[in-house]
Amino acid sequence: MTQTVRVMKDPGDDGRFGEFGGRFVPEALIPACEELDVAFRDAWADPIFREEFHHVLREFGGRPTPVTYLARLSEQIGVHVYAKREDLAHTGSHKINNVVGQTLLTRRMGKTRVIAETGAGQHGVATATAAARLGLECTVYMGELDTQRQSLNVFRMELLGARVVPVTSGSRTLKDAVNEAMREWVTCVDDTHYCLGSVMGPHPFPWMVREFQSIIGHEAAQQLHDRGVGTPDFVVACVGGGSNAAGIFAGFADSSARLVGVEAAGGAAIAGGQPGVLHGMRSMLLQSESGQIEEAESISAGLDYPGIGPEHAHLASIGRATYVGVGDEPVLEALQLLSRLEGLIPALESAHAVAWITREAGRDIPLGSTVLLNLSGRGDKDVAQVREILRGRE
Amino acid sequence: MNSLETSLRTRRDRGDKSFVPYLMAGMVPDWLDHIDALVAAGATAVEVGIPFSDPILDGVVIQRASLASLSAGNTPEGILAELGRRSVGVPLVVMTYFNIIHHLGLERSAHLLCAGGVSGVILPDLTLEEAGPWRNVAHGSGLDTVLLVAPSSPEPRIEKIAAHAEGFVYAASRMAVTGRADDDGHAAAVVERVRRYSDLPVFVGIGVSTPQQAREAYEFADGAIVGSALVERVLGGMTPTQTEQFARDFVL
Ligand SMILES: Cc1ncc(COP(=O)(O)O)c(C=O)c1O
Repeated sequence: MTQTVRVMKDPGDDGRFGEFGGRFVPEALIPACEELDVAFRDAWADPIFREEFHHVLREFGGRPTPVTYLARLSEQIGVHVYAKREDLAHTGSHKINNVVGQTLLTRRMGKTRVIAETGAGQHGVATATAAARLGLECTVYMGELDTQRQSLNVFRMELLGARVVPVTSGSRTLKDAVNEAMREWVTCVDDTHYCLGSVMGPHPFPWMVREFQSIIGHEAAQQLHDRGVGTPDFVVACVGGGSNAAGIFAGFADSSARLVGVEAAGGAAIAGGQPGVLHGMRSMLLQSESGQIEEAESISAGLDYPGIGPEHAHLASIGRATYVGVGDEPVLEALQLLSRLEGLIPALESAHAVAWITREAGRDIPLGSTVLLNLSGRGDKDVAQVREILRGRE
Repeated sequence: MNSLETSLRTRRDRGDKSFVPYLMAGMVPDWLDHIDALVAAGATAVEVGIPFSDPILDGVVIQRASLASLSAGNTPEGILAELGRRSVGVPLVVMTYFNIIHHLGLERSAHLLCAGGVSGVILPDLTLEEAGPWRNVAHGSGLDTVLLVAPSSPEPRIEKIAAHAEGFVYAASRMAVTGRADDDGHAAAVVERVRRYSDLPVFVGIGVSTPQQAREAYEFADGAIVGSALVERVLGGMTPTQTEQFARDFVL
């Protein structure tokens, strides 16, 4: 029973979630991780810091985001779907919650600069945004392939005053951007904070990012309570590294709700991976027979990650949450369905969660159930790509 | 005390300086001939890289070498088997990332490393706090797990690392990943701090690229580790004979 008590709580000094997590970094980075752990612990226990965090998310970030009942979708599939509207948060996704927290912490630690990795550019844009607001210098590492695929986001970051460094090593995508940001961090830890974009990396990142994102779940629980819905039967979120899922799960960890994380089928670290060590953490990872990390493959750049946050690996191993995979095709269909039925164009990442709900309604999800969907982001960034794909078929 | 540490201590106690070159296994087809050349030139020990897809403590040169080795289809088992078939004549220290060991399994890794004639291991992403289970298995098999100290390591931490160090202490000269550098960074200060807590041989690594830099390191340290400067030349087509000539200048 001790395990259930500890679900989504403080992972302690060694940053362990069951057998996952920990801190696997070069010795040079240990002091910075320890400093961050102490600083976050201290800040998170400080009501003044918390109030500032909430204040910034209110007056700058657009929180609280509403919960919307998806009436037409619900009618069509026979389950009641409520969407937590992170697509309405500033910069168009939940990423803003984390970066507001981390940039406030950067300032509190007396550091003047942030670096970040980004895949599609969502976390990079969010980091550049939060850094601009506080006058922090910002450098974003982005796989060279991604800078080409998402050139508009590169321009956005530059408009916001950030420097974007194309990463040419390895597969030139998100995984390599994380490697490069870590290599860079070694050279500048004194004045620079590494603003990691998901619930991954060495302790305290997985815990800290989950705490900053937990505002999603706490708000949603209150909102569902206030409108008389109570505890939903299911809470469903897409999973790349797992930050939007961790954030919404955190509001329901101790409830009876079934927690479901939806991975891209081509990047399903839980279903297709094995325990391993990458990017500072022990978690579930896609890897080859000889322990080399493999590329994830997905239509959505934000889920193109071969690993998953260690707390998710733990939640899966104890059966508190379930992780499922959805392929590209149903995701495209779900994106179009939600657009037409509800007037909501979801991000391709979020469309994974929608796709699982529509697929499983009447199967894994009994008819008449109540489902809370985390609509982690809006689809503006993806419309050009989706247009290309759909046009190619005409 | 395991064999690596015994031989390095003996050498240090005689006042001899250690030159420890690094090569990535499998980065060129004749990599083992380069190792023989390094030994012929007078290397004290050879550090052998086992490639990993995501080397976060390596700069562009060793990244390229990893990629070359992986593209050639090399696996940890294959590399260790090849090493085991050569008798190199000096201690071999494997440098790789922890996932390689984790994936093979701790016991099996230790077994394969020993069968490959390896006597020490450097795992730059396996910190002291996480190293316990591996260290137990390794030590029981006669393998030393070498620990790093960085310029950023505070003294209480150096003391803790020193208490667990085996083989030698790897003093990172700078806050950087592997690669060439023009100066000797903070090497002297790091070595001095390590010496306050440890009587193990202390070798300087990261950024030592020229014979001149190695000689400077020999002034205050017991040895120098030279990686990228050598790897870059081997990738560029240097022959084993040229490798031997190149390496000679680093030997005191
Ligand atoms: C809208 C959106 N949702 C989800 C993700 C995946 O990240 P995470 O799993 O950390 O929420 C991203 C990442 O870029 C995203 O942009």
